[in-house]
Amino acid sequence: MKLAIMGAGAVGTSVAELASTYDHTVTGIGDSSSAAVDPDGLDVGAVLERKRTNNTVGRSAPEDLLDGEYDVLIEATPTTLGDAEPGYSHVTSALERDRHVVLANKGPVAERYDDVRRVEQKSEGTMLFDATVGGAIPVVSTIEAFDSDSVTAVRGVLNGTANFILSRMATDSLDYEHVLAEAQDLGVAEADPTFDVDGTDAALKCVIIANVLYGGGYTIEDALVEGIQNVPASALSLAAEDGRTIRLIGDVADERILVGPRLVPESGTLAVSGTQNIVQIETQHAGRLNVSGRGAGGHETATAVLRDVGLLE
Amino acid sequence: MSDRDPVRAHTVRLELDDEPGELLNALGPIADNGGNLLSIFHERGNRTPRGQIPVAVDVEATPERFDRIVAALRDAGVNVVQAGTEHYGDELTVVLVGPLLESNLSETLSRIESESDCSIKNVTLSIGESATDPSSARLRLAVHTGASDAALDAVRGVAYDQELQVISPLAGGESA
Ligand SMILES: NC(=O)c1ccc[n+]([C@@H]2O[C@H](COP(=O)([O-])OP(=O)(O)OC[C@H]3O[C@@H](n4cnc5c(N)ncnc54)[C@H](OP(=O)(O)O)[C@@H]3O)[C@@H](O)[C@H]2O)c1
Repeated sequence: MKLAIMGAGAVGTSVAELASTYDHTVTGIGDSSSAAVDPDGLDVGAVLERKRTNNTVGRSAPEDLLDGEYDVLIEATPTTLGDAEPGYSHVTSALERDRHVVLANKGPVAERYDDVRRVEQKSEGTMLFDATVGGAIPVVSTIEAFDSDSVTAVRGVLNGTANFILSRMATDSLDYEHVLAEAQDLGVAEADPTFDVDGTDAALKCVIIANVLYGGGYTIEDALVEGIQNVPASALSLAAEDGRTIRLIGDVADERILVGPRLVPESGTLAVSGTQNIVQIETQHAGRLNVSGRGAGGHETATAVLRDVGLLE
Repeated sequence: MSDRDPVRAHTVRLELDDEPGELLNALGPIADNGGNLLSIFHERGNRTPRGQIPVAVDVEATPERFDRIVAALRDAGVNVVQAGTEHYGDELTVVLVGPLLESNLSETLSRIESESDCSIKNVTLSIGESATDPSSARLRLAVHTGASDAALDAVRGVAYDQELQVISPLAGGESA
């Protein structure tokens, strides 16, 4: 397959790096100001080297990439709320050209799910987005593997940064500010960790899950979201005295979305530690499924992207 | 025969003077009349308007024995403010967090009990160390069987008014 990759950050560059091991050809790589395009296949190593040294990928304009030759557009630009731009326009212009789209960017399927599905319906192309929820963990495809009527609830730990902070606060009785600074030093938290700690990122993933389960209609406005910024060390120690701990849990059930810090059994399935993610899928006839693993990271997310690409062949 | 009546959990609310021996004095009639003591929640930090300490005692007994216990308590001069014969089948643990927690604790607790139709069995307070590390309180609530969700909603409502955050168990999932 010929891949055009929009976004040359952690995810976009990882997809470019790993594409050849899956026998795909990269015909375009774009960032916020430039693009490299070659219908016969780019020299990925050279493009990524240019990105590293000059912070540019090529001489073409990003729009040329969308006009170029490719079977699948990989959308890996920043997740934004509201109009979900620039991702939304990238997705729709590829679909309007009857190309497939694989998303890592959560915005279009969280904030404008019904809009993109409408465009997809008129297109010969298909849109897949398993990488948007749970990184390497196949969450969307696992839910879709069931008849969505038979899935009664989906819940879990969907943000590795928040989970790292809470689990470190609990094990070492440290306060929030201290652990957050440490997480930033370790590269676990970004310089601006707002969306991770205020629950927005986990909520967007839950919104995507709700859109899959209930056939669309959800945006972040429909989620009740609380963050972990105000969880003090004292709350974690009170929980621990009782055999419990606190995790940021996203919960989709009964057509509603709740995200917030919750008490969970300390040695229970949901109390994963560090940056791990876990998703529990509650089914009507097959009990409970637990899927856990690495919920973020360039190569992890790229692996999920390329798994989706494989389904389009 | 009355002794074959079902044994149930009951909550007795007492108000005791803050004097040594008062609590022991109140527990005597319970044991003497065949009640099985389940828990005592002694709100030492709180005072009623009359300057007494509120105490909630959970007792297991047949309805008939429970009536005898309440009568015996009153005979012994204990101030029984409420004697519930309700059965609280479920337990719910929540943690409340917020900088205003300590100053409003007793109001928060009494509102939770009246608005969520539950009985607070135990409160543990952990005082925060700084402005960025506010205090927390763990509440163990006895709620009517099957009414945990409704109780939780009521707790959330009270917490919202009192500017507190509620950390609740996950509904539906593995209950903690
Ligand atoms: N990182 C993860 O673990 C992970 C996991 C799951 C999903 N995701 C999602 O995947 C997406 C990419 O994540 P990331 O970590 O790779 O982000 P990132 O490192 O911030 O990279 C974003 C890339 O998008 C480019 N970009 C920004 N605006 C653009 C525009 N208008 N047109 C074309 N390119 C544009 C940026 O260009 P410049 O280089 O010029 O700034 C940058 O190369 C995000 O939506 C994220 O939420 C990430």
